[in-house]
Amino acid sequence: MTTEVTGAGSASSPHPGSSGQAPEQRSRGGRRGDAEQVRRTREVSTGFIVSRIAVLGIVAALLIYALPPLIQTEAWTALGVVGVVTALVAYLYLTPRHIPAKYLVPGTIFLIAFAIVPIVLTFITAFTNFGDGHRGTKDEAIRAIETSSVTQVPGSPEYYLTIAESDGKMVFLLVDPATKAVQAGTADGLSPVAGADVSLTGKVLSAAGYTVIPTAQAAERDAEIAAFSVPTAGGAVKATGLSRAFEGKADKSYDAACDCVTSPSGGRWVADEVEGYFVDAEGKHLDQGWKVDVGFANFAKALTDPTISGHFLNVLIWNFVFALSAVATTFALGMIVALALHSPRVRGTKFYRIMLILPYAMPGFAMLLIWRDMFNTDFGLISKLFGVHDWLGTPTTARLGLIVINLWMGFPYMFLVITGALQAVPRELTDAARIDGASAWAGFRRVTLPLVLVALTPLLISSFGFNFNNFNNIKLVTNGGPYAIDNSTVGATDLLISYTYRVAGFDSGVADFGFAAAISVFIFAIVATVSTVAFWRSRAQEEVYS
Amino acid sequence: MKWLREVGWRYAVVLVVCAFALFPVLFVVSAAINPLGTLGSTGLIPEGASLKNFVDLLTGDHPFTKWFLNSVIIALISAFAGLLISVAAAYAFSRMRFRGRRVGLLSILLIQMFPQFLAIVAIFIVFTEVTELYPTFGFNKPWGLLVLYLGGALGVNTYLMKGYLDTVPKEIDESATMDGASHVQTFFRIILPLVGPVLAVTAMLSFIGTINEFLIANVFLRDTEAKTLAVGMYGMLTDKRDANFGMFAAATLLTAIPTVSLFLWLQKYIVSGLTAGAVKG
Repeated sequence: MTTEVTGAGSASSPHPGSSGQAPEQRSRGGRRGDAEQVRRTREVSTGFIVSRIAVLGIVAALLIYALPPLIQTEAWTALGVVGVVTALVAYLYLTPRHIPAKYLVPGTIFLIAFAIVPIVLTFITAFTNFGDGHRGTKDEAIRAIETSSVTQVPGSPEYYLTIAESDGKMVFLLVDPATKAVQAGTADGLSPVAGADVSLTGKVLSAAGYTVIPTAQAAERDAEIAAFSVPTAGGAVKATGLSRAFEGKADKSYDAACDCVTSPSGGRWVADEVEGYFVDAEGKHLDQGWKVDVGFANFAKALTDPTISGHFLNVLIWNFVFALSAVATTFALGMIVALALHSPRVRGTKFYRIMLILPYAMPGFAMLLIWRDMFNTDFGLISKLFGVHDWLGTPTTARLGLIVINLWMGFPYMFLVITGALQAVPRELTDAARIDGASAWAGFRRVTLPLVLVALTPLLISSFGFNFNNFNNIKLVTNGGPYAIDNSTVGATDLLISYTYRVAGFDSGVADFGFAAAISVFIFAIVATVSTVAFWRSRAQEEVYS
Repeated sequence: MKWLREVGWRYAVVLVVCAFALFPVLFVVSAAINPLGTLGSTGLIPEGASLKNFVDLLTGDHPFTKWFLNSVIIALISAFAGLLISVAAAYAFSRMRFRGRRVGLLSILLIQMFPQFLAIVAIFIVFTEVTELYPTFGFNKPWGLLVLYLGGALGVNTYLMKGYLDTVPKEIDESATMDGASHVQTFFRIILPLVGPVLAVTAMLSFIGTINEFLIANVFLRDTEAKTLAVGMYGMLTDKRDANFGMFAAATLLTAIPTVSLFLWLQKYIVSGLTAGAVKG
């Protein structure tokens, strides 16, 4: 440990030669104290100081950047986490001790923040109904219900409206038609504005602290403007068009006594804490709900809901078929070519090898789209060569097509690793088999193949894991299709991961994050089980303990 | 006849598979130089040759050069930083003995089974918050995508890297330590140069992987200007599938130039780079 400590200081020591010798000479004289002293002086060399100043500088810069937004939004937990982590990291790189941690911490921080935390959050989300209609808390839902029910009633005040921005957030500048007094309306409420320059027509031309958005640009954001509302006592200010606003009354209001939403016209919606909705007597709910825990409902939905479970099982089966045949076909073709080239009597192996790995080097996402268009019914190359057929529009050919495409993309990798493994098989073994009278096939089957398989099992397992979640292949070629007429959420070639992506509503449609997260958890469980069993059965475990 | 049985079949197999490997590439080249530039007019043999598609691509409505830069910057930095992160961790696991080493290795082995993109829903939720707090690292910004990709770096490569480092004899760095080198010096001046070629291959594979990454990038980058090649070019074909095909093929070829040349340059190290961590017999 001590050698490493002193070494840390000498990283850019001006006299590496002499300082390396000095302790040796002195300790030979039996004066251990002197050697200690030399070490201590080396600790404060230039390199040591520079690196420590750099650490402090980076820490300070990080804190200056990270803290203000957290303080502004009063995110105290996050603030605490950032503070503690930064302090620990600063300590770690200032002290000469804990050397292994110095090498492990950078990766670990990223791993925890962007891999482990999302995985944990996925598990948590899987037990909620989080999604469109259930995005926020109950309070947020109540506020949304009240402000969206604001209507203009006779006699409610009207304003001239100017759209502006402050700190990147939208602001309504409201001019009272009678008094010309200017108020600024934000998502938090109204506040007076002093010294604004107002035109004769009631437009605000300029106001200190606000950037007025020109009408042409404001018109492009009309959806945002229409959705914006400024809460006031008993109602809200909303825009009508781009230059007028009114202060309306909320039609619906929340009554804490009965935990329900009521409207003057007699409507009554009672909070349902299980569903996360306000529900009326007939069982109809308001659009805005809130996030609640639903227990295992999302998992149960995948397995028992009649509209989903049948498709879910089909997806699961096809997912396994795809992953297994992807590994099997790429391995087989890779093996055949590797064996073919594994002979000193073949000339030009270098050239063939380059040709064969070309599919691996081409940009995969683009080649998948190219393949998709080669399968195009009317113009595609495949239709020109093999006859017109709706290749990707028929479930069977679409699945076969995907496996062929995957074979094209994946066999060069297998070819490369098998070539490496074949070179590691001792020639004596194959020669001995031949001398013992084994045919070429028997020699391959009994000697070469087992040896190659042992060496490549970890890679085959990870290849299975990769193909089990081969999102690009499905998304870019078939997008999960072809779809049955009565079902637009699950297609014949959907893998679990592409199904998840669609359920989460990233492309379009209603987002059901809770259910999507539940499917992700299923994938986690499957991949973990398959890999654990496979690893356990292979000899890969031995490496861990080496 | 004997030649046919022992060597001839090898050529036959290799030629057939080469044809299978090459015909889509040929199709792309043919589409890229096809002056008509539509899918319907493209065959395996080009009917004419012109650079029209390339000119259209670089001067047209799609900000192809911007996408190209976005992709290359994100992929380069994430390959480099990711490699540094994982090789540092592998150095600790390979050369040092400390409490929690075995647990650490096992958990990395476990975590690498879970691809990051499975947590896409949670990533979306987290980055909705991040975008509010730190716009520089939020949606539509390359830095956000970059730190996100780095989250996967430790899990994916560390185990493989430890495999390479274990093949470097321990005596080498022990003698460096005897000569007064610090752990930092041993790491940067002794270990890294020794495993250099293998690092280059791993960096290249990670570079290509990042260029091809579509799932997270498609959720993350919605502004046209912020897109990477994978997301942008996907949109290009969604817009006008038939008419844009020539431009798309030209874009594919331009994207292939850096990756294919890297591949050819590092060719002889690739096999060891892929297998050194796994193949131990």
